Amino acid sequence: MKFILPISLVVATAALMVLGLFIGGQARGTVGIAAGSAVYTPKADNAEQALKNLLADVQRRNWDRALAAVSKSSATDKESFIQEWTGSNGSLRSFSALEGFESRPLHITPDEAQIRVRLHWATPVGPLEDVRDFRLIREGDVWKTVLPKIQVPNVPAQVIPVTYLRWDLVSGGAADEWGSRNVDAPHVRIISMNAVDSAEGAVVMGEIVNEDTVPAFVNVNATLVDSAGSAIDDETSFDKINHVLLPKQVSPYRIDFPNISLKNVKSVRMDEKATLVPASADPVIGVMNQKIESDVQGKSVLHGDLFNQSGQTVNISHVIVSFYDNNAKVIWVADGYEDHALLPQSSEPFAVEIPKSVAPKVQNFHVVVDQYSLGRS
Amino acid sequence: MHRVLLICAVLCSAACPLAAVAQDLRVPASVTAGDDVTIPTTGSGKATFYLVGPGVSRKSEVSLGEEIRLQGQELWNAGDYLVLVCSDICNSGTFYVTAAKPASFAFLVHPSRVPVGQSDAVSGVAFPFDQFRNLVLTPVTVSFQLTAGNKPLFSKQVRTENGAAWFRTASGKSAGLLQVVASLDDLSAKRAVQQVASDPCNLRITGQRIPIGVLVQTEPVHDCAGNVVPDGTIVTFSATEANGKSTVDAPIKQGIARAQIEATGATVVSVASGVVMGNELRIGAKP
Repeated sequence: MKFILPISLVVATAALMVLGLFIGGQARGTVGIAAGSAVYTPKADNAEQALKNLLADVQRRNWDRALAAVSKSSATDKESFIQEWTGSNGSLRSFSALEGFESRPLHITPDEAQIRVRLHWATPVGPLEDVRDFRLIREGDVWKTVLPKIQVPNVPAQVIPVTYLRWDLVSGGAADEWGSRNVDAPHVRIISMNAVDSAEGAVVMGEIVNEDTVPAFVNVNATLVDSAGSAIDDETSFDKINHVLLPKQVSPYRIDFPNISLKNVKSVRMDEKATLVPASADPVIGVMNQKIESDVQGKSVLHGDLFNQSGQTVNISHVIVSFYDNNAKVIWVADGYEDHALLPQSSEPFAVEIPKSVAPKVQNFHVVVDQYSLGRS
Repeated sequence: MHRVLLICAVLCSAACPLAAVAQDLRVPASVTAGDDVTIPTTGSGKATFYLVGPGVSRKSEVSLGEEIRLQGQELWNAGDYLVLVCSDICNSGTFYVTAAKPASFAFLVHPSRVPVGQSDAVSGVAFPFDQFRNLVLTPVTVSFQLTAGNKPLFSKQVRTENGAAWFRTASGKSAGLLQVVASLDDLSAKRAVQQVASDPCNLRITGQRIPIGVLVQTEPVHDCAGNVVPDGTIVTFSATEANGKSTVDAPIKQGIARAQIEATGATVVSVASGVVMGNELRIGAKP
C-alpha cells in the first residue's frame, strides 16, 4: 500500500516527460511568435507570408534563410543585415529580442506590395514598439523583400581632444570627529508641476533643476491626497527623468498614477530627493533638427537627431521631452529610447510620439538626453 | 534598569520609618563629575549601602559612624543620584552630579557648500562636553570666527544656553574656502564651508559659422559678484532656424561653455543656464 503513491508519481512523471518530448517538437515551430500570427511556410506564395517568413527567421536568428527571402536587388549584405537586427556597439538593440510582430498590407499589386509591420521588442527597459514599412516584389513565383541600404555609421580614425571633467566623491573615515567632514546633499528644486488626467490615469509632470555646483542623482516622488487628507497613491518618476543632473541642468519628470482620476484628488504632495554622486561632464550629446511632424500613421511625432560630440561611444541614449503650451506650462512629458548606439562624432535619428489630445496645444518643447555607456557609472 | 532600581530604592526608603533614625546621612547637594565624595554617617553597627545613579548601581556593606567613600569613577555621569543606607531602618539622600569643566566640544556647521551673497546662509552650533562626555550646562563663552582667505568676515562671542551656543550669518562675497573656528578657553575646532559662485549673471555668447554648422561659445561665465562659475555647470544653447530647432547642453570647461550646432539657414541662438537666460545671437545663412 505504501508503495502505491511513489510508484504512481514515478509513472506520472515518466508519462509527462514522454508527452513533453512530443509536444515540445510541435511547439518549436511557433517559439517567439506573438499570437501565433506567423508560422513559417516553406513556400511564400503571397507577400504577407513572405514577410512573415523573413521576420520569423529573424526571430530565430536563422540568418541564411532570412537572407534568402531578401531580394537580390536589395542594397544590403549579410553583415549589415545581421547588425541591423541584432544591434552592435552595446546598443539597446543588442540586448533586445524581437518578441512578435503584426503586419498590415498597405498596397498590393500582382508584382509588388507595401506592408506595414508593428515590431514588438523585448528590451531591458521594457517592451518597445517599432513601426516599419517593407516593400516586397514578386521574383518568379515567390515574393521577396526589398531592403533599403542600411546606413552603418562609419567613423574615421581620428583623435578627439577632451578636457576631462568629472566629480569624484571622497568619503570620510569612521574615525572622523563628529560633524567635521560633512558634505551636504545637492540642492535641487522643482521649478514646475502640472497634474492632468490621461487615458491611462492621472499624470503629474514638470521640471526640476539642480541649483547646486555638484552633480546630483535625483528622484521625484508624488503622493496624491484625497479630501480627507489620506494618501491615495504614492509613485515615483522611475525612468521618466534624467536622474543624473549636472550643475544648473534641468530635467523633465513624469509620474504616472494608473487607473486614478484627478477628480478624487484634493492635493498632490511632491518630494524631490537628491544624492551626491560621482559624475562626468562628458559625453556631450547635441539634439539637432528638432521638429514636430506627422508620421506615416498620422500621429504627431517630435523628430530629431542625436549628435554625439564626444570621442566615446554612447551605448544607450534616452530622450526625455517636456512639451509646453503657449503659457510656457509643461503640458506633457514623453520619452523614448534610441536602439542604436551613438558612435563618436556621429548622429542617430530619434522620434518621440505626442498624444493626440496634447499635440494641438504644443507651442514649444525642451529635449534632454540621458545616456548610458558600458563600463562607466 | 537604573529607573527600576531608583523606584525600588525610593519605595524602600519611603517604607522605612525615618522617625526612628539611629543613623543620619548628610549628602552634598551638588558634586562635580569625577570628584571623590565622602558621606558621613552616624550610629553604630553594620548597614547596607546602596548607590543608584545614571549608569551606576552598587550595594555594599558599611559601618555606621564611619564615612562612606564614593570613588570619582562612580560619579562620571552627570545627573541625579540616590544613596540609601539600611540597617534596622533605612535612610536616604539625593545629590546631583554636574558636568566638570569643558574638555572638548562638538561643533557643527551648516551647510558645507553655500552660494556667495546669501543672507543667513551659514550657521554653526557648539556643544561643550567635559572629559566624561557630559554636556556642560553651566554657561560658558564660545567664540566664533569666520575668515575667507586671510580676511575676517565675522566674529562673535556667545554664551551657551542649555549647553549650546550658536550663530547664523550671511555668506561672503568671494568664492573659496570659508574657515569657521569655534574656541572655548584653550579648546578650538575648525570647520570649512565651500563658498561657491551664485547663478550666472550677464550670460553672453558669441558665435561663428563653421563648415558643419555654427560654433557658439559663452564669454567667461561669472556670477553677479564676479566669481567664476564652476566648471561643469551646464549651459543650454538653443538654435532656431526656419526648419527646426537644435539644442546642446554643454558643460563649462575652463570658464567657457562651447557647442557646435548643425544649422545651415539663418539661425537665432539663445543661451540659458538653469533658470537664467542670456543674450540672443543671430547668425546668417550659410553662403
